[in-house]
Amino acid sequence: MGLGLNLRRALGAVAMLGALALPGLTQAQQAPVNTLEAIRARGALICGVNTGLAGFAQPDSQGVWRGFDIDYCKSIAVAIFNDASKVRYVPTTAQSRFTALQSGEVDVLYRNTTWTLSRDTSLGLDFPTVNFYDGQGFMVKASTGLKSALELNGATICVQPGTTTEQNLSDWARANHISFTPVVIERLEELVAAYVAGRCDAYTTDASGLAATRAAQPTPADHVILPEVISKEPLGPAVRQGDARFADIVRWTHFAMLVAEELNITAANADQALASDQRPEALRLLGKTGDLGKMLGLDNAWALNVIKAVGNYGEVFNRHLAPIGLQRAHSPNAMWTQGGLQYAPPFR
Amino acid sequence: MSDAAIPSPARAAPITLVGPIAWVRTNLFSGWFSGLFSLLLLFLIVKWAMGFIEWGVINAVWSVPNNQTQACRELKGTGACWAVITEKHRFILFGTYPYEEQWRAFLSILIFIGLFIVSAQRVFWRKELGLVWVGALTAIGILMWGGVLGLNYVPQERWGGLVITLILATFGLAFAFPLSILVALGRRSKLPAIKALCVLYVELIRGVPLISLLFMASVMFPLFLPEGMNVDKLLRAQIAIILFAGAYLAEVVRGGLQTLPRGQYEAADALGLSYWAKTGLIILPQALRLVIPPLVNTFIGFFKDTSLVLIIGIFDLLTAGKTAIIEPAWQGFGIEVYLTVGFIYFCFCFAMSRYSQNLEAELNRHRVR
Repeated sequence: MGLGLNLRRALGAVAMLGALALPGLTQAQQAPVNTLEAIRARGALICGVNTGLAGFAQPDSQGVWRGFDIDYCKSIAVAIFNDASKVRYVPTTAQSRFTALQSGEVDVLYRNTTWTLSRDTSLGLDFPTVNFYDGQGFMVKASTGLKSALELNGATICVQPGTTTEQNLSDWARANHISFTPVVIERLEELVAAYVAGRCDAYTTDASGLAATRAAQPTPADHVILPEVISKEPLGPAVRQGDARFADIVRWTHFAMLVAEELNITAANADQALASDQRPEALRLLGKTGDLGKMLGLDNAWALNVIKAVGNYGEVFNRHLAPIGLQRAHSPNAMWTQGGLQYAPPFR
Repeated sequence: MSDAAIPSPARAAPITLVGPIAWVRTNLFSGWFSGLFSLLLLFLIVKWAMGFIEWGVINAVWSVPNNQTQACRELKGTGACWAVITEKHRFILFGTYPYEEQWRAFLSILIFIGLFIVSAQRVFWRKELGLVWVGALTAIGILMWGGVLGLNYVPQERWGGLVITLILATFGLAFAFPLSILVALGRRSKLPAIKALCVLYVELIRGVPLISLLFMASVMFPLFLPEGMNVDKLLRAQIAIILFAGAYLAEVVRGGLQTLPRGQYEAADALGLSYWAKTGLIILPQALRLVIPPLVNTFIGFFKDTSLVLIIGIFDLLTAGKTAIIEPAWQGFGIEVYLTVGFIYFCFCFAMSRYSQNLEAELNRHRVR
């Protein structure tokens, strides 16, 4: 935030060098530890979150954390303690997030972190699941009448420097034989102002960022997000490698929220479903049969508690991401039954 | 005859020589060039001030209902949206500190300011002042953390806003200043090991930017600790700031030590004073007096440098201000927030600067005579 991106990159490089210089230490971090027991002994989950990103994690005027990632932190706390207040949120920056996790300062990272091969393997982390499929897109003014990013040939495009965003843009343009003039501005606020003032025809960043910017405009309908998504940014939680049990809990809590949506069980009707729903998978999800919770080391009612506290996946999405203008229909975040990628293995 | 013996009352000097009109004549309109320039500047200042008043007062929106910022957006930049401050001021001042408990953070800020005011009075410069500091800082610790006296425990990661800035700056300078005096003395020591150590410390710390020290403290340092052992993030940042400020202040103090004439050292030696008596009674009182301006300069610099803790995810005053305008409804009102935060910084820095001017005049009165 506000910091020069080049500086960020330089600092990232320093951190990388540090990690390379300390192989013994990174190894030591991977010794098996029981995160679940540590959380229980402490009486609270420590969740690493963004220092502030609209819709995902941001403190409101009263200083209370709210957002999509925050609800996921709560879901883990509910699965373990059946108490959504037993979470401590530690704001982490892009540079400090992985160290915070490796050193045990936080138990789990819900911080818009893209799952990549290098992060999964060399940082001593595990990515249990993907709870939001993001990707780089374009926004243009509705008055231009553009319908597709492929029509952007010859356009000027606003982009932040030194990020993968800039790299993705030039890769995509080369692959599609599109020539463009980049307008490169470091600070996000100035970049958006440049786009709004008409200094560039299009503005590119991750789709979630585009939606948030669009929603903040005086008349959002004046801006259109083009359908093309030119990069894959699967965002999800990260945990320390070497504690499969805790990774299971994080993974299956997300799946429980997906299955609840599949079965149309919401925060409002969960108790009713518990009393009357006779579908076998619902019975297992809600903990009436199957002892699935015990297998995770949790209470059998864990999924029921999670649904009652934060709701199913669709409810969490609609509560935080729909208001900032993110479309779920026809996006990878739709349920698999509706052509999306959100798919949970069976509860049995 | 007798009438003439009564002295006539003194007449006031002509208004062309003293008073505001004379001042304006001699300082602003002494020649045609400076007169023209004064008029031009006056015109620009008035024009700018009127523009600012129009933007900041006349066209401004002071509050909006339920986060509906349409009224602000319709201004299209012709007026300030102070509603963002009305809505977010508690977040900017106290960060994510629990809302119902924010009176504790507020009280801590008041204690800090009271502590500064008390410490600034020369009549209070006694040994008891140390006890006052210990008492005040303990009170702040109890207020902020809680967990005793019926106060709820508030973990450190929820602290934020102005109180974090004050904690980092006050503790930073309170610990760095004594450290810097020791290092400055050590650097002039005749004992090679101590001298080498002090030189190494100063040069190493001064050789890297503060931001990289903070980064080391937050990213590298935890990797050196055994598994499961964690030093609080705020404490790590605090130590980095103390070490950094210590090195800079040490060089300032050393400058004062070097300016002192050799005769002072020799006279103290001739009196048969021990090293510590010589330093405490003769050298330091004179040396520190000489370096008040650069010391305060460094103090002010560090007060503002505490905002660099944003890199490790601590919500100080500036970061809290930035975070306040992330919410989509309030995006785009950065100017209002930055002006407010800047004003708070200015109040503290200007107070420090004015105080140092007075102190300097008072302590150096024997020189100007």
